[in-house]
Amino acid sequence: MAEEVKSPAPPPPPEGEKKPAAEKPAPAASAAPAKPAAPAKPAAPAKPAGPVPVPWTSPLVEKYRSQYGSGLEAQTYLGQNYFTVDRSLIPDILRLLRDEEQFDYCVDITAAHYPKREKQFDVVWILYSFPRNERVRVKTQIADGASIPSSVSIWPTANWLEREVYDMFGIQFDGHPDLKRILLPDGWKGYPLRKDYGILQQDKEWVQINLGIESGQ
Amino acid sequence: MNDVSNRALSNLDLETPDKTYLDSNELVINMGPQHPATHGVLRVILKLDGEKVLGTECVIGYLHRGVEKIAENRTYTMFNPYVDRMDYVAAVSNGLGYCEAVEKLMNVEAPPRAKYIRVILTELNRIASHQLWLGTHALDIGAMTPLFYTFRDREEILKIFERYCGARLTTHAFRIGGCQYETYAGFEKDVKNFLAFFPPKIDEYEALLTTNRIWLERTKNVGVISGADCIALGVTGPVLRASGVQWDLRKAQPYAAYSEFDFEIPIGTNGDTYDRYLVRMAEMRQSLRIIEQAVNGIPEGPIMGKVPKVIKPPVGEIYHSIEAPKGELGYFIVSDGSTQPYRLRVRPPSFVNLQALDIMVRGLLVADVVAVIGTLDIVLGEVDR
Amino acid sequence: MPNFIMSYLGSTVTPGEAGNQFWALIYVLIIFAGVSVAVICMNWIERKALAHFQVRLGPMRVGPHGLLQPIADALKLMLKEDIIPSEADQFVFWVAPLIGLLAAFTVYTVIPFGPSQAVSDMNIGILFMLGVSSLGVLGIVVAGWASNSHYPLIGALRSSAQMVSYEVAMGLAVVSAILMTSLNASGTGTLSMIGIVQAQQQQGVWFIFKFFPLGLIAFVIFAIAMVAETNRAPFDMAEAESELTAGYHTEYSGLRWSLFMLAEYAAMIAVSSIAVTLWLGGWMRPFPNLLNAPAWDFIFSLFPGLTFLGLAAIAFVGTARMPADSFFKIQRIGLAVFAALLGFIALLLLAIAVAGRFADASVGARFRDGIDYIYWFVLKVAVFMYLFIWYRATWPRYRFDQLMKIGWKVMLPISLGVLVVTAIVGVIVS
Repeated sequence: MAEEVKSPAPPPPPEGEKKPAAEKPAPAASAAPAKPAAPAKPAAPAKPAGPVPVPWTSPLVEKYRSQYGSGLEAQTYLGQNYFTVDRSLIPDILRLLRDEEQFDYCVDITAAHYPKREKQFDVVWILYSFPRNERVRVKTQIADGASIPSSVSIWPTANWLEREVYDMFGIQFDGHPDLKRILLPDGWKGYPLRKDYGILQQDKEWVQINLGIESGQ
Repeated sequence: MNDVSNRALSNLDLETPDKTYLDSNELVINMGPQHPATHGVLRVILKLDGEKVLGTECVIGYLHRGVEKIAENRTYTMFNPYVDRMDYVAAVSNGLGYCEAVEKLMNVEAPPRAKYIRVILTELNRIASHQLWLGTHALDIGAMTPLFYTFRDREEILKIFERYCGARLTTHAFRIGGCQYETYAGFEKDVKNFLAFFPPKIDEYEALLTTNRIWLERTKNVGVISGADCIALGVTGPVLRASGVQWDLRKAQPYAAYSEFDFEIPIGTNGDTYDRYLVRMAEMRQSLRIIEQAVNGIPEGPIMGKVPKVIKPPVGEIYHSIEAPKGELGYFIVSDGSTQPYRLRVRPPSFVNLQALDIMVRGLLVADVVAVIGTLDIVLGEVDR
Repeated sequence: MPNFIMSYLGSTVTPGEAGNQFWALIYVLIIFAGVSVAVICMNWIERKALAHFQVRLGPMRVGPHGLLQPIADALKLMLKEDIIPSEADQFVFWVAPLIGLLAAFTVYTVIPFGPSQAVSDMNIGILFMLGVSSLGVLGIVVAGWASNSHYPLIGALRSSAQMVSYEVAMGLAVVSAILMTSLNASGTGTLSMIGIVQAQQQQGVWFIFKFFPLGLIAFVIFAIAMVAETNRAPFDMAEAESELTAGYHTEYSGLRWSLFMLAEYAAMIAVSSIAVTLWLGGWMRPFPNLLNAPAWDFIFSLFPGLTFLGLAAIAFVGTARMPADSFFKIQRIGLAVFAALLGFIALLLLAIAVAGRFADASVGARFRDGIDYIYWFVLKVAVFMYLFIWYRATWPRYRFDQLMKIGWKVMLPISLGVLVVTAIVGVIVS
């Protein structure tokens, strides 16, 4: 389980500049390269290594970098842009992305668990802008037990999405109006999508009490 | 938008009925999980004043199978059939989204012929999914007959699937890198027959419903949601389009071979149940257009791209989404360079769309709740995963 | 005693009028059995017809073409465990289906299948009928209440509101028909069901065509209201499967549930009978005044026999079309026997018709006329029954508020208007 999945890796192969406005050229392509599949462009490096994240440069990035400095990194991988943001900047960045950059649609909120890391969780917001026809991901790292500000007040759709992240990872969202389990039963113990939760593992106690059977297996 | 958030967030206070007038209490009833009109095991707690809905709360998860956990314990290839089990009425779309996401992660592309086959099957599946929606939606509103008509015609599509890949529902039609099966002899003929067969059938459904007075009364101005509300709530697919937002991933960010086809995105104006009905009916006709172009222009060539036997994408992460019949279906995959996804997240359209139920039904009657659940076109297998 | 029994045979009035309790009882039993059988047939026909509307076959397994299905169903329902929810009000729960059933069946005492083919000819027949049939709602309300569960309660509330509101429009439509009965020399109308049919005969026109289109409008209002009154699609709000699971009878099962079904279908036949009596000439064959030569009588009296002959022919064709496989042997024999039975009945009816033609106007002719009356009456009712099925196959369900809107804002004003105009036209004409 190599968990440092997406370490920055800044030294980029000097490849096709991802440029302003149309950064994200491939899929967005209002005009066109017929082949939609984004990857085409960044496929520069040698085969075995695979593509690597390259810095993402655009006016948008410049603006925020000047504002927030080192708390924010912007990269592109396979034509998809993402910010890696310090946890403390999260509410500001998300709100600014919506209000100023028109990322009006929160596609998804999810997380990933890296048990060996100090800050165990990656929380990911996948955003989309209808006016710009463009996607961006915002990522942050938080430690187990730490909480993160809820974005329900920014995108109402975050309500259930955050509940699911809470349900599956146990990440607390501050200011969420009704943070409780959504897919699993209310009394369930454990957070199944954490890496230390085995695939056959169950809350035996819950099963015995509520289903009246010895084990769900 | 704050307006939406407030409405969407005001949660049910089930314990303390507020006694606004006289001492009449609200009635709290439990619709589901065993209920004929909840399309599976959806449980909706309704707070009613007489028959008027004061608030709802959805309780989901009865069908939760932990698909995302399973993904982390299967290789990319092994996980492929599992995605069919999410939105089981549009299994081909799920497979397309998953295969394309992994291909993108591996930086390979399916050959053109495979893309065309994918488009044909996916669009056929979209029609099948819309047919099922139409039948059950009409049944919810009390019209029994359309259900059987749509099932009769859906059969023709399922036959094509069956001849192509041996399965009718959970098809597992595509592989990472292309398609496993070449089209069978007579595939094009079957599809063309369907193209000729189906338009009169749509007319038949429309004859039963489109101008039916009762249907109009039951669907017009029911479950109205504005485009802005849709976007704020992340609602996509026909529901969004019926609210007047002309947005379809097939056009906005074309995938597979969609950029090569000429088709329109039907939209509605009022965002009510009737508009959603019209949009989906129009989408079926547009799908036929796409299929027609695809089957006439299908190129020769290989059907499998250059992918290794063992799928081992490089370290990295990708988000790829497609326009499933129900809305934006996205896959967010984190790879650690091994043969198994480190993390695989499915962005299910049904799950997100269902969230809008609450603000759509407030102030309506119980009968409308059923209509709105139907018009959202949810599949519980996908909501719960 | 035998004299008491035999003397009625020569009578030309209903047993109730003749004061003959024995024959009244016999009639009651015949009607009860007849309606029960009709409900069973209706059950089969509905399932079959609905299936064919919906491109499927319907029951095919129990007996040839599912002919024995209703019997199997009835047997199954009778043998099922009788579940009463522990929280329910036991006694009321128990009594509710009986109320509905009683109300539905009591109506039949005044339904005239012929000039003397009724249990009784009450002089307030139509009032009695409306009154008793509206008691049916009581069974539903009580059932919904006793179940102590939310869905039945909502179903019961809906149906009480619905039935009460539609009775108003229904009653006004009926009144306009009754007004028409008074358009005779003496100027007095009648509330007697038999009297209403006889009035149509005297005036030489079915009330549906009287003062065209007034009679027709009143009839249409009644025809709509009666669908609402019996809780049938598209007004089946009380059951509304997709909304309230099964409405007022959600908690009922087995025999009790089947009693509700029996009551529902019996009520459907009852209200159709009212419509037939009031507007479609009741037991009268087409053109009884115009074509009144004995030859015409004979020709029309052949219809019952011919109908059964047609049914027998269909059954025979079905036998012939059965697959040759030995698997279907028993079904084939069964269908052939059924066809032969129908053919036998047909021949019997034809024989009676012929006998009635050539015997002098004695018991034979009377017997023939009786069959004629019942045949035409049942045929007209059957058309309504088919319409009920047709509605169900075609239309979505109204929403509750829309239903009330139609009842109070559309049907009530129209029926009032029709009533007033009928009265004015009636005065002008007479």
